[in-house]
Amino acid sequence: MTKIGFVVKNTFRNQRRSMLTVLSIAFSLLLLTLMMTIWRTFYIDQGAPDSAKRLMTRHRVSLTFFLPGYYREKIRGLPGVVNVAPMTWFGGRYKDDKPENFFAQFATDPEEYLKVAADKDVPRDQAEAWIRDRSGAMVDVELAKRYGWKIGDHVTLQGTIFPVNPELTIRAIYTMTPANKTFYFHSKYLEEAVSWYKGQTGFFFTRVASSEDIAPTARAIDDMFRNSPQPTKTESEKAFLLSFIAMLGNVKAFILSICAAVVFAILLVAANTMAMSIRERTREVAMLRTLGFTRGRILSLFVGEAVALSVAGGLLGVLIAAGLLEVVAHSPFATGILFGLRVSVATMGAAVIIAAFVGLISAYFPAYNASRVNIVEGLRHIG
Amino acid sequence: MAIPIRYNIRNLKLRKGLTIMTALGIALTVTTAIFIMALLAGLKRAFVTSGDPQNVLVLRKGSEAELTGGFDATAFPVLKNLPGIAKDSHGEPMASGEWVVVIVLPRKDGTGEVNVTVRGMMPDGLELRPRVKLVEGRWFTPGQREVVVSQSIHNRFSHANVGDAMAFGKGPWQVVGVFDAGGSAYDSEIWGDVNQMAADFDRQGGFSSAYLRAADPVSADALVHRVSEDQRLKLEGLLETEYYAKQTASGTPIRIIGWIVAVIMAIGSSFAAMNTMYAAVAYRGREIATLRVIGFTKPSILTSFVLESLLLSLLGALVGIVLMLPFNGMTTGTSNQVTFSEIVFSLRMTPAVVGTAIGFALIMGLLGGMAPAWHAAGRDIIAALRD
Repeated sequence: MTKIGFVVKNTFRNQRRSMLTVLSIAFSLLLLTLMMTIWRTFYIDQGAPDSAKRLMTRHRVSLTFFLPGYYREKIRGLPGVVNVAPMTWFGGRYKDDKPENFFAQFATDPEEYLKVAADKDVPRDQAEAWIRDRSGAMVDVELAKRYGWKIGDHVTLQGTIFPVNPELTIRAIYTMTPANKTFYFHSKYLEEAVSWYKGQTGFFFTRVASSEDIAPTARAIDDMFRNSPQPTKTESEKAFLLSFIAMLGNVKAFILSICAAVVFAILLVAANTMAMSIRERTREVAMLRTLGFTRGRILSLFVGEAVALSVAGGLLGVLIAAGLLEVVAHSPFATGILFGLRVSVATMGAAVIIAAFVGLISAYFPAYNASRVNIVEGLRHIG
Repeated sequence: MAIPIRYNIRNLKLRKGLTIMTALGIALTVTTAIFIMALLAGLKRAFVTSGDPQNVLVLRKGSEAELTGGFDATAFPVLKNLPGIAKDSHGEPMASGEWVVVIVLPRKDGTGEVNVTVRGMMPDGLELRPRVKLVEGRWFTPGQREVVVSQSIHNRFSHANVGDAMAFGKGPWQVVGVFDAGGSAYDSEIWGDVNQMAADFDRQGGFSSAYLRAADPVSADALVHRVSEDQRLKLEGLLETEYYAKQTASGTPIRIIGWIVAVIMAIGSSFAAMNTMYAAVAYRGREIATLRVIGFTKPSILTSFVLESLLLSLLGALVGIVLMLPFNGMTTGTSNQVTFSEIVFSLRMTPAVVGTAIGFALIMGLLGGMAPAWHAAGRDIIAALRD
């Protein structure tokens, strides 16, 4: 019998125990994969290449303050700037107050917005129709699917920040990956309806010529308005999104502590199982020794068994995590940065390697003790 | 007849290694659950203790928060002269027109910038919040560029000591005092004179909200109606306690993420506990059969093994609680979804939190122990004796 064959046979000897161990490790690994995916999406991914050419400029004090509309032309005059679109968070309700019926809505200048957000895929004729119709709207394809909207449908939003209920017609449906489930309409419509909003905007969305222009342009914008009554804060699109996450608290410490707890839990579970199964086999180990198996050989047999169990658990956990995130991304509750959460192959690999490594460590000590047992004592051992 | 619990304790002691490792696994899960529940308990306390039942908050009709409110200053004298308002120390109705604004401050530890609420108030504003105590320095002087900061702002941000100058709005503000709001939402705020603040943010001639203090909690309700029903005002009154109770929803993201994490960990731990209990049953096959032979019934054996599993998880819960004790009282912050600013609160391991954690552990023990115990009680006596 080959060495691998021996390991496999032993792994399935006590099927119930193996299954429980694999399941226990799988749930821990599921959590670890989720946390690693969140970490990667927040702190490592640079976002789409297109996103690396975009800047967000908001009021230095808070996003809740408006900026003067004339800032747009001033920003446009800076070197490296290609397009500038004004954006205002409308924050209205659709149908009712339920959280699942909430989606992001922005008022903007369609013509220039489509140039800044060039990663949105819109049919040419639809884009033109939206630009022409002042009460037109552009919606995400997933959002349109959820509400059964088609081109030409009428949608009424209820304003909460603005005292207006815009009555809009869907003129364009865009696709982008990941879908952001957002609704856009003309800021001109809002300006006509709400007198105090005229000449103002929530923030500016700027496209620069290349990703090298990001840092100097951001600095130039903020320097330009530093001593004005409305100073600005400009950051990359990614940093802008992250600032919302950072407000939840110390997310990094939270993720790291959960990862540590999970890894430690896997270690305990795997060590526990191996301790149990090795204990049962004391007599068998002595027998193997009399047959001429070396200590090193016996050690590797047990360690191999533990690694096999951990890797099986790891694979299962990673698969569940990937499936879970797929479901979440398509649920109506997924908002904000959660759209982009997908388990990458690298993360899967890392999770399984961690599982294997933990299994190796967990089995080493019980297996080492077993390999050193006195043969005569071992043969006398009773269960 | 029941099997004495001492039998289970001895068995747990016999296989120390297994018991400790399984209990530690459960302890880790319990620690995570306590951490999340203590966060939520602290957050809830911050909101629940913020409102004073005698205070009535006045906002523009239709607005849901102070930040999105805002009404003309001419409405204030009308409000002040409504009947049912308590008198302040000068014999005037106790009312304060206030300006709330959110500013960005860098964290002391350099982990980024945070939105902080700044509140401009009238002198009566201090008088109608009697539970807020000064702990260092003095209160701000009306008409001066002076601010008082809460204790937690003082601890968490640079330039927040008495004598420092804080830069926001149009220039520096002198910090003259530190106050303690007893864990309420005010503990995340900076206070100053309303006219100075409004001038700095170009918002003269208006207030974002007004506070009125009713003579007693009963007349507060009547005052709420008087404000809301006054046709001249177009304003809305609500009890301060109700306003803050609504903001407790800010804890929802933590609650959802926290419970997902805790439940996944608990499922993993239950499988581990089940493994340990199956092993315990397997080792004692002959012993269980012997117990049956000398007259113990199947139900008593079932109970005994479930109890053993519960004991194991209880041990895990205790270890978990002890592991979490050093974190009790730790302060942290999250964003308030109504004010868009940071709310500071402390982790609170209340009796309810500890009780829930123990219950959580016992559920894990029960889930892990049921199947093995069933297996133990159901085995054929003769076969088991021959093992």
